[in-house]
Order: sequence, then structure tokens, then C-alpha cells
Amino acid sequence: MRIPPRYTQRAAMTVLGGATFLTLVILVFIIVFVFEKGLPVISFNFLFSNSEDMGRAGGIFPTLIGSLLLPLLAIIIATPLGICTSVYLTEYTRESRMTRVIRFGTDCLAGIPSIIFGLFGFIFFVTTLGMGWSILSGGLTLAFMILPTIIRTSEEAIKAVPTSYRQVSYSLGATRWQTVKKVILPNALPGILTGVMLGIGRSIGETAAVIFTAGSSLRLPGSIFDSTRTMAVHFYILAREGISSENAYGTAATLIIAVLLVNLTAYWLMHLFISKRS
Amino acid sequence: MNSNKFDIQGLSVYFQKEQLLRSIYLKVPLHKILGIIGPAGSGKTTFLRALNRMNDLEYGLVVRGLVLFDGEDIYRPEYDVVALRKRVGMVFALPVPLPMSIYDNIVYGPRLAGINEKSRLDVLVEKSLKAAFLWDEVKDRLKTSGMRLSGGQQQRLCLARVLAMEPDVVLLDEPCSGLDPISTAKIEEALTELKKEYTIILVTNNTKQAARISDITAFFLMAELIEFGPTEIIFTAPRDKRTNDYITGRFG
Repeated sequence: MRIPPRYTQRAAMTVLGGATFLTLVILVFIIVFVFEKGLPVISFNFLFSNSEDMGRAGGIFPTLIGSLLLPLLAIIIATPLGICTSVYLTEYTRESRMTRVIRFGTDCLAGIPSIIFGLFGFIFFVTTLGMGWSILSGGLTLAFMILPTIIRTSEEAIKAVPTSYRQVSYSLGATRWQTVKKVILPNALPGILTGVMLGIGRSIGETAAVIFTAGSSLRLPGSIFDSTRTMAVHFYILAREGISSENAYGTAATLIIAVLLVNLTAYWLMHLFISKRS
Repeated sequence: MNSNKFDIQGLSVYFQKEQLLRSIYLKVPLHKILGIIGPAGSGKTTFLRALNRMNDLEYGLVVRGLVLFDGEDIYRPEYDVVALRKRVGMVFALPVPLPMSIYDNIVYGPRLAGINEKSRLDVLVEKSLKAAFLWDEVKDRLKTSGMRLSGGQQQRLCLARVLAMEPDVVLLDEPCSGLDPISTAKIEEALTELKKEYTIILVTNNTKQAARISDITAFFLMAELIEFGPTEIIFTAPRDKRTNDYITGRFG
């Protein structure tokens, strides 16, 4: 028996719409849940004063700084490395066994659980190189963790730049590097930024890799050689050790707002960039 | 002084086992329009792209034979390809304005060549847009994106962009294939003017276009150069039957 198309059409719409609705409901539920418990805790004092009594009292200022510095350092290290690698893979080498192996490697690396990166960072940066639990160790570890994501998204963005642009550029007497600099990177930038954003998102929320490498000191760090605690780690410790579920939710809500702000800024930047060009 | 801009001696191009061009011998005289006609897949474009070494970008193409540009072999290993492309400009079949303003599109080549003074660039922009018969249409909006122009305007922008490099030779690969008759007429008008200063090689699917504006016509068929000579002879008394069949529209 054949179901009339208008019924299948209606069924498809119900299923697709339902799935979208369900996703939204779950997302909204999580955010509302955290905000309901966390927002009342947030105040100027909570954000900008030091923690007391292991976080039972006082604010979360040191963890705010930690959550700012670690992803920042990670991005500063990973972005140039990632972009250079992806430009090399796409523009300076031909598709070959070698590039396929590298690509497969980065894909595998992107899928490795973060705690493995934490363990590696602990053994390599903290212990072997003697950097100790520090912002530097943590930033480097996070950089390696997000590097594959940045490489792959940049690569896709670069590949999406039309071949005809390259041809035109070469035909006008550009060298490979001039073509990369003047045509390919500007056009791939929105895509590359997306990768960087994903990287910031991943590293700002990262817990396992950070505990192992940046430690969990609640003091305000004096330099990048000091240990620090991020909001994610703070939340974990507060909740896990049962120190203060109230402050834990406050931290969680702040973290969500921070991620939101980062994303909004990125969209705004991207929009600014695109509208300026066309 | 050698009056031939290009002297091609026994040019063959292979892609894997396929032969795209079979031993082409052809001289391109200075300040003339050479029209290249022939059906799709006959090797016209491959031939054109061999002249500014755009074929280099295609992995797996092998080029044999001699291409002399002003008496110099451009396939010599130490030959400067970037310098060659500055002197041998190219307009592609589909207009491809780079995603930047009209002005920036035109000064792209000159800037690469190290020209940065605004006054000089301004002069170049005006001169090349005028030569491409586009100046009057865009002179008030040089800062708008080149992609906002119509197809015909875009193609003239591409021509102006090539002219701004002040090349010796302009290669055109079916530049009017996507254009309406009026845009086509404008391009043809520009080319007829331009041959006073430039040597022009025009690949075209439109046989009538070659008859209208080229001084010399070459007919390619299945990777071979069948016949070439003054346009009026090719179109009135071709020596080869295949040329005759093609131009009278019996095939292709």
C-alpha cells in the first residue's frame, strides 16, 4: 500500500520539527536549570573578590583570571601553528600518501579524550621539562588539544576558496605566498575563525587536562609560571568535594555567560569582517 | 627586430597517457589578434595556457617542445614564471572578479609588482578601465565590490585588470562565452583597439567572432593544429576540408 505524499510530507515535517523542538527544549532546560540556581549567586563581589575558605565563601575572581589566561595562551600558541600547518597541507603540498597520513593523524588526535592530553602534559611539560603546575604547562597542553580542530577547520575553509581565485591570482603574476596572503587567507578567515572559536570553547570548558597541568591553586597567579584554577575546575572541585553547591552553580552560570560572550564577540567580528569586504 | 611575439616549435602536451596537443608549430606576430577556433576538447585552451605556463598548476601535465617568447625559451628551468605571467596576461572564460573592490581588483597586479604610490595606481585604474570600455559605467563607484557588477561588466573588469599590469600579450580564453551580444560587442571593440599596443591571442567557440576581429586564425582539431593563416583566407579559401567543414558549421 502506498501512503499518499501529502501524508508523508506531513509526517516528515512533524518528525523534523519535533527533533528541532526537542533539541531546543533540552538546551533551554539545561541553561534555565543552571541559571536558576546560579544567577542569584552572581554579584559584583562574587565575580571580583578572592575566594575564601577553599571557595566556601568569597568570590571566584582568581578562577575568572585562570579561565581567561589558559584559553588565551592556548589560542595564541595553537592558532598560528594550526593556520600555517593547514596552509602548508593545502597550498604547498599535493594530495599524496603523506598528506593523507597527516590528515588521518590529526583526525585521530582530535578524537583523543582530553584526559590523555592532560596526562601527556603532566608527564612532558610539568615533570620532564620542569615547568611544574603552571599556566604555561596548561596553556601548552590545551594548545595541543585544540590544534587538530583548528587545523581541520582551517583546511576546510581554505579548500572552500574557489580554485578560480587562485588561478586569477597566479595569472596576475602572484607568487604562491602572495596568493595565500592576499586571496586565500582573507577569504578563508571566517572559516578559520570558526575553528578558533571551537578551540576557545573547548579549552574554556576543559577540566581534566587542566587539573593535571595547571593545577588547582586558588591564589591569584602572579605570572604564567604560577599554578591557577579555571572556572570549570573550580566548579568540579566545589561540587565534587561538596564544598558549596551554591557557589558551584554560581561558577557554572558565570562560565556559561562567558562562553556566550565569547561566541557573540566572534560572530560580531565575523560579521564586521564579511560586511566590510562585500 | 623579431616581429614574432611567440614562436612555438613542436609543442606537445601530455596528460598521463593522453596527448592533449600534438606537435604544434605556430608563430604569433606582434600587435595582431590571433584567433584560435576549434570544437571543444581540441586543445585550444591547453595551448593558450601553455603560453603563460598556467598549465604548471595542473598536476601531471607534461610539456614537450619549444615555446619562444621574444626569442626566449619559457620552459627553461631557470625561467622566471612570475615575470612571464606579468608580461603575458590572461582573461578566463568565466569572469572572476576577486572579492574586493573594483579598484583593488585592478591594482592587484600592479601592487604585486611593487607599485604602491596612489597617484600612479589611480592613473593605471583609469587608463585600463577606459581601455576595457568600462570607465564610464563604474567611475563613480570604484570602491564597490567587483562582484556587484553584471556579467559583461565583470568580464571587462577582468580585461582591465590584465591591462593594468601593462603586459605585452593578452591571452583570452573564450571571454565572451557567457555574455550577451552587447557585452560581447564591447569586448570585441576593446580588443580591436588594444591590438595597436598589445599582441592578442583569442580562443573562441564563436567562429564568427574570430572572423570579425582576428587578423590570423588557427584551427585546432583533436589536439592538432590543422591550419592557420590570415583570417580572410581561412574563412574564404581554407586548404583543408576539415577547416571548411568546421567554419561552415558542418560539425563541431
